[in-house]
Amino acid sequence: MANIDISGVKKIYPGNVTAIHGLDLSIEDGELVVLVGPSGCGKSTLLRMIAGLETITEGTVSIGGDVVNRKEPAERDIAMVFQNYALYPHMSVRGNLEYGLKNRGTPRPEIDKRVTEAARILEIEPFLERKPRQLSGGQRQRVAMGRAIVRHPKAFLFDEPLSNLDAKLRGQMRIEIKRIQRSLKTTSVYVTHDQLEAMTLADRLVVMNAGRIEQVGKPVELYEKPASLFVAGFIGSPPMNIFETAVLRERPGVSLPASLPAQADVIGVRPDAIVLDQPAGAAIALKGTVELIEPVGGESHVYVRMTGTDQIVIVVVQGRAPFGETEEIAFYLPEAALHPFDKTSGRRIG
Amino acid sequence: MVENRPLLTILTHLTLVLGVALVIFPVYVAIIAMTHTQQTLGFTTPLWPGDQLIPNLINVLTRPSPGRPPFWVMLWNSTWMAVIIMAGKIVISIISAYAIVYFKFPFRLVAFWIIFITLMLPVEVRIIPTFEVVASLGLLNSYAGLTIPLIASATATFLFRQFFMTVPDELMEAARVDGAGPIKFFIDVLLPLSRTNIAALCVILFIYGWVQYLWPVLVTTREEYFTLMMGVQQMAATAETDPMWNLIMSATVLALLPPVLVVIFMQRLFVKGLIETEK
Amino acid sequence: METKRTTFPNKALPYAFIAPQLLITLVFFIWPAAQAIKASFERQDPFGLSTSFVGFAHYTRLLQDPLYLASISRTIVFAAAVTVISMGLGLLFAMAVSRLIRGANAYSTLLVWPYAVAPVVAGVLWWFMFNTSTGALSYVLRVFGVAWNHNLNGTHAMILIILAAAWKQISYNFLFFLAGLQSVPQSLTEAAAIDGAGPFKRFLTIMLPLLSPTTFFLFIINVNYTMFDTFGIIAGTTHGGPNQATNTLVYKVYADGFIGLNLGSSSAQSVLLMLFVILLTIVQFRYVERRVQY
Repeated sequence: MANIDISGVKKIYPGNVTAIHGLDLSIEDGELVVLVGPSGCGKSTLLRMIAGLETITEGTVSIGGDVVNRKEPAERDIAMVFQNYALYPHMSVRGNLEYGLKNRGTPRPEIDKRVTEAARILEIEPFLERKPRQLSGGQRQRVAMGRAIVRHPKAFLFDEPLSNLDAKLRGQMRIEIKRIQRSLKTTSVYVTHDQLEAMTLADRLVVMNAGRIEQVGKPVELYEKPASLFVAGFIGSPPMNIFETAVLRERPGVSLPASLPAQADVIGVRPDAIVLDQPAGAAIALKGTVELIEPVGGESHVYVRMTGTDQIVIVVVQGRAPFGETEEIAFYLPEAALHPFDKTSGRRIG
Repeated sequence: MVENRPLLTILTHLTLVLGVALVIFPVYVAIIAMTHTQQTLGFTTPLWPGDQLIPNLINVLTRPSPGRPPFWVMLWNSTWMAVIIMAGKIVISIISAYAIVYFKFPFRLVAFWIIFITLMLPVEVRIIPTFEVVASLGLLNSYAGLTIPLIASATATFLFRQFFMTVPDELMEAARVDGAGPIKFFIDVLLPLSRTNIAALCVILFIYGWVQYLWPVLVTTREEYFTLMMGVQQMAATAETDPMWNLIMSATVLALLPPVLVVIFMQRLFVKGLIETEK
Repeated sequence: METKRTTFPNKALPYAFIAPQLLITLVFFIWPAAQAIKASFERQDPFGLSTSFVGFAHYTRLLQDPLYLASISRTIVFAAAVTVISMGLGLLFAMAVSRLIRGANAYSTLLVWPYAVAPVVAGVLWWFMFNTSTGALSYVLRVFGVAWNHNLNGTHAMILIILAAAWKQISYNFLFFLAGLQSVPQSLTEAAAIDGAGPFKRFLTIMLPLLSPTTFFLFIINVNYTMFDTFGIIAGTTHGGPNQATNTLVYKVYADGFIGLNLGSSSAQSVLLMLFVILLTIVQFRYVERRVQY
């Protein structure tokens, strides 16, 4: 068990391609930190640098206080769960679980004890003598996790482990992973591109974009107070609506609340914060035509074309929408739900 | 195929039966010849077996002739030559391919191209100087001289390289995280995964080693190192003056039997090996 | 040419792994090839005591030598005949087997084994069948009024080695054509059938064009085979005769060098052959690599 410190870490590929620009991040002992971001943002590269599978061009990575830049993956006392499971196809499940321990010279009784324990936690006891090709995707993923657990490492590193599973299985495995991590209290770094997975699993969330960290914090903090336009648009589904204040001012009968900072040329409002009835406090009143309604079940996603513009605003309505497509409706952006941003820098203002 | 055309199917079978007959005929004739005496063969062309199979075989296998040892000696030499070449080629190529695929090192590309060039240098194109090199190294008339110059081959290396490239990256990464260094990974993970490829190559390379003719001719001057192919050629060369066709054919069938049996019993491996090495 | 995404960091180990192959390649391939090139520019004195540099003399002599030029055209004839016969029959049998549901495996087994027969052995088998006095085939030919004698008649000798070489190669072509035919997606031929094309039309317009990579690849392989691997056939039967009739380029290198002891000329011939193989290999890799995806 240990904390992980990433200090000034850069990754530059030959040909001067910078994948990671000077990152700093501190991961507490026992925390589950999720690195999330679009493809190519550098999250996997960062994870692999922690693991020792990629070299670190500049900066240091420390695990449990020891700088590990020069250490082989096996020496860093970490365990990794891969997206494609990476189980040894010619070995049985038991063989897969034992391999790492055997290489370290762990005594046989200890190996057996740990294998039994991991098999129990992950409920894979019936499969111990089978080969990976005889297992389903979900079972293989469990074995991959078992291989990490038996090592009793200082940290777990997860590289998009659920991406190859179907949606239902993903939901189940997510809960499993959280449960196991909580009970084992092992520091964990988890990489995913799925923002729902990120929100539900993370103790703290790190949003990355183009090799930089956009924001770090508890999931709820990132949701309620995104620090940049990127985070605002990435976290939350359906994504946040972005309005240009200049366009809003031109709408007839629109007055922007006084609390809005003057430099804010862009405002974000979450779809579930938009209301259909005039609220008590200050709000921006808009009109639009309903283009499409997606009834999702417990709620409906309504796509409204704002009058006089080409912009589609997404509104989340509880239950069924009280109107039909092609109708004109009024909707309100309450003052408290406004997220002000500076358009050029993308940063939040205030 | 899609439709049901009985006439075409009959034609297809006919073609194939004729094809098989065409292919088998020469060997059939040879096997028949094995079972008769020289006199019988001098008068007619028999199409049915006689009763001289065992005497002919014993004669060919044990009787020495001027200029060559008894056939069992040459059979022994050919077998060893083929097995050593097969094993040697596989071992050398698999570790070369491993180095090229799983390591980055200076001159890696240069090494690759040097190996690649051998594709363009079959024995027939460099016979005299290679002979001189082997002679100057004192390797004439030895198993080493028969086998080592034929052991470096690009095709096996390429096959293994291609195969290694299809092994998922994560497998090696997981092994590394599990504490396996390059040698452990090679032995514990890569080799077991390569089993079918190695088996397929064994078939192809055994045949390759077995059928060598020009090279053994060049590097052996002492009878006891002559190979089976050399023996067959020598017997056939004197056929006009001393047509002991019953013995020649016995030798010929002996010479073709081992690899043919290997191909027939390991057909799937053989086909796989052939197709993989040529891609 | 890439490595895997992650590689081992060892510095010395890869050299140890690649050393055996490199060593053997350098000692037994590269160095002799360089020697052959060097020798092709030299002439040995009659006693073999000294050599003198003669520039391109051997090459110019060769390219003007009617014997050498005859050998070239002979080799072309040989290569063309063997390639056409063995590829044609290989394709025919492959087509036939791919049509079958039952018996495909049995026929395949019965057709592929000649690959394992040594060239020398293949030569001797046909040598026996065509044997002037006792051969089965020469007997049949006599019945038809053809006096077969490959020891006197150059054309007969050429036909002999062509047949032996083609016989051996049919199985190889058959295998690859079969694999090529089976890789044509069934949906394509089914769509064509629905569009009204009969089996022959389907073959001509769909399978044959889609087979072209295989055909091209086999063409190169077959030419390579006829140029080099057929040495054993000639050595086991006609020995280049009668009277040069079967003295193909590869046999001539051996005959001039090892038997005639004309090192300079033989080396020059070797170099020319080398250049030809290089050309073939480049063509093959250029064309085939473009069509192969990993």
